[in-house]
Amino acid sequence: MFAQIEEYFRLEKMPHIWCPGCGHGIVLGAMARAIKQLGYDQDKTVVVSGIGCSARASGYLDFNTLHTTHGRALAFATGIKLADPELNIFVVMGDGDCTAIGGNHFIHAARRNIDLNAVVFNNNIYGMTGGQYSPTTPQNKRATTAPYRTIERNFDLAELAKSAGATFVGRGTAYHAKMLTDLIVNGAKNKGFSVVEAISQCPTSYGRRNKMGDPVDMIKWQKEQAVNIKAAGNMTQEQLGDKFLIGVLHQDEAPEYTETYQEIIDRAQGTVKK
Amino acid sequence: MTEVKDFGRLMQGNEACAEGALAAGTKFFAGYPITPSTEIAEILAEKLPQVGGKFIQMEDEIGGMAAVIGASLTGLKSITATSGPGFSLKQENLGFAVMAEVPCVVVNVQRGGPSTGVPTSPAQGDVMQARWGTHGDHPIIALTPVSVKETYELTIKAFNLSEKFRTPVILLMDEVIGHMRERVQLPKQGEFEVVERKKPQVGPEQYYPYRDDGTGVPPMASFGEGYRHHVTGLVHDETGFPSNKPEMVKKVLDRLHKKISDHLDEIIMAEETNLEDAEVMIFAYGSVARSAKKAVNILRKNGVKAGLFRPITIWPFPSTKLQEHFNRIKKVVVPEMNMGQLVGEVERAAAGKSIVTPLNRYDGELITPVEIVEKVQEVL
Repeated sequence: MFAQIEEYFRLEKMPHIWCPGCGHGIVLGAMARAIKQLGYDQDKTVVVSGIGCSARASGYLDFNTLHTTHGRALAFATGIKLADPELNIFVVMGDGDCTAIGGNHFIHAARRNIDLNAVVFNNNIYGMTGGQYSPTTPQNKRATTAPYRTIERNFDLAELAKSAGATFVGRGTAYHAKMLTDLIVNGAKNKGFSVVEAISQCPTSYGRRNKMGDPVDMIKWQKEQAVNIKAAGNMTQEQLGDKFLIGVLHQDEAPEYTETYQEIIDRAQGTVKK
Repeated sequence: MTEVKDFGRLMQGNEACAEGALAAGTKFFAGYPITPSTEIAEILAEKLPQVGGKFIQMEDEIGGMAAVIGASLTGLKSITATSGPGFSLKQENLGFAVMAEVPCVVVNVQRGGPSTGVPTSPAQGDVMQARWGTHGDHPIIALTPVSVKETYELTIKAFNLSEKFRTPVILLMDEVIGHMRERVQLPKQGEFEVVERKKPQVGPEQYYPYRDDGTGVPPMASFGEGYRHHVTGLVHDETGFPSNKPEMVKKVLDRLHKKISDHLDEIIMAEETNLEDAEVMIFAYGSVARSAKKAVNILRKNGVKAGLFRPITIWPFPSTKLQEHFNRIKKVVVPEMNMGQLVGEVERAAAGKSIVTPLNRYDGELITPVEIVEKVQEVL
């Protein structure tokens, strides 16, 4: 299995820093398999990451890799893509990275519909700093900064991406690794801003504190709580309860930013009538 | 046919900055509107696509700085422009550019602060922020133009230094320089130096993105050229990957500083006027130096041997150049549109050899020549 994607990894950087039982390795594997399926030239592929556990993914991959500042991965990536639209760009972010400190860049990258492929490793917690609540931590959960349980409502980041204008939005989980690969492939094929939310588990800083059992229990939770959007249509609101949807959650078409900008250049240079 | 005389053109400081950036070969601007720098963005929004370049108005100042770094990593000469509040927001990513050694030019057209302050009035309150605004020990280069023409020249110079030393360079203007109009005759392409960044001379297998080649400045491959490498704001070894080994941390920080401090002769610029026989020195930069020049003339007419030292490069601070004068000139007046920032550096350079007297204005008004003349007469 790994042999197929080994070429995309900087093996000398292993072992990775992720805790035993963390879902991030599975998500990263899904992403590498997606790039394999897409057949992208490694030299023409860029992986940009923010800060946090997820952000270390860029260092493990053998592409042009950029480990940026907290929350700013999409803004750096916007500069790269606009400067050189030929490059295939994947942007790896965590939930806090993407929707808290980087929330502004997230909605505006979606609004512009710039051809970036965001993969959000959502483990519902700030893992690297030891388990503080993030904008995707559900209400009534425990975190080091919520010793009396969380009171803030959590973001549905797929809905957020859709509302802001992303033209491809998918959600998968570490359990549904094959689907995750397919989602990333389809997201990358979409000419525009694509978001794939990957539900990952953090046994160390989230599961343990919230009595979610061991990593296997957490993976099982993903399996049980996830409902394929294709099946959801036949289910009642009661049956859906607090489950979450997976699959392609949204897809539409809109002009892509760098292509439209090229039209501006053509007009400004007089090669096309104003 | 009669020859048409070139009278030059009337140009605004911010316009000269935009034109200088284009002359230097910039192909990318990302930024956010802020007074009094916005004209730079507006002009580049129009002109960059005409030369095949890219302009983007980002969602915030932080994103502007980030996008500029991203674009530079693909090989484009990149620039952003802002003013005080925006300059504060850019600081984290400015430090990233220092650490990851990504060339870019950051223009700060200074206005009154702190906070939102006085958006349409000039000030020189960001001098220390330009030096120490981003966290951690780091080198920085900052240039301060005195005129519209020099804004054009220094914008080109800022790109040249940035590309040569793989470091962000700050062009520290002020509202007066940014918004005033002067008749200028700009040099033509070919009449000024344009530096391109050093590319690797070896194949990807032998390439180390952060290996010192003896100059202190590692050759820089662009994303997409086949030299796949890792770029991070973490302390990294010569491969670009994070390292927290004490010897590596020290080695990297030492090299970052040394690549600047070993080339001060190329970086430090200053204008010296009437200092040969001067008994008193006026040390002034930016728009204040215009008043200072006038003050020198008035003082000379009145028989006072005054001279002007105008640092063009304020960071690194031109201590050595300045110290050459302190053996003889025992009185120094430092007018600044702040509560006293660069004066501390002058005092440090003087090391007690000369008496340094500040003259400060921080009410949003220019320091007049007469105010400087009076201060000089007071200290003599």
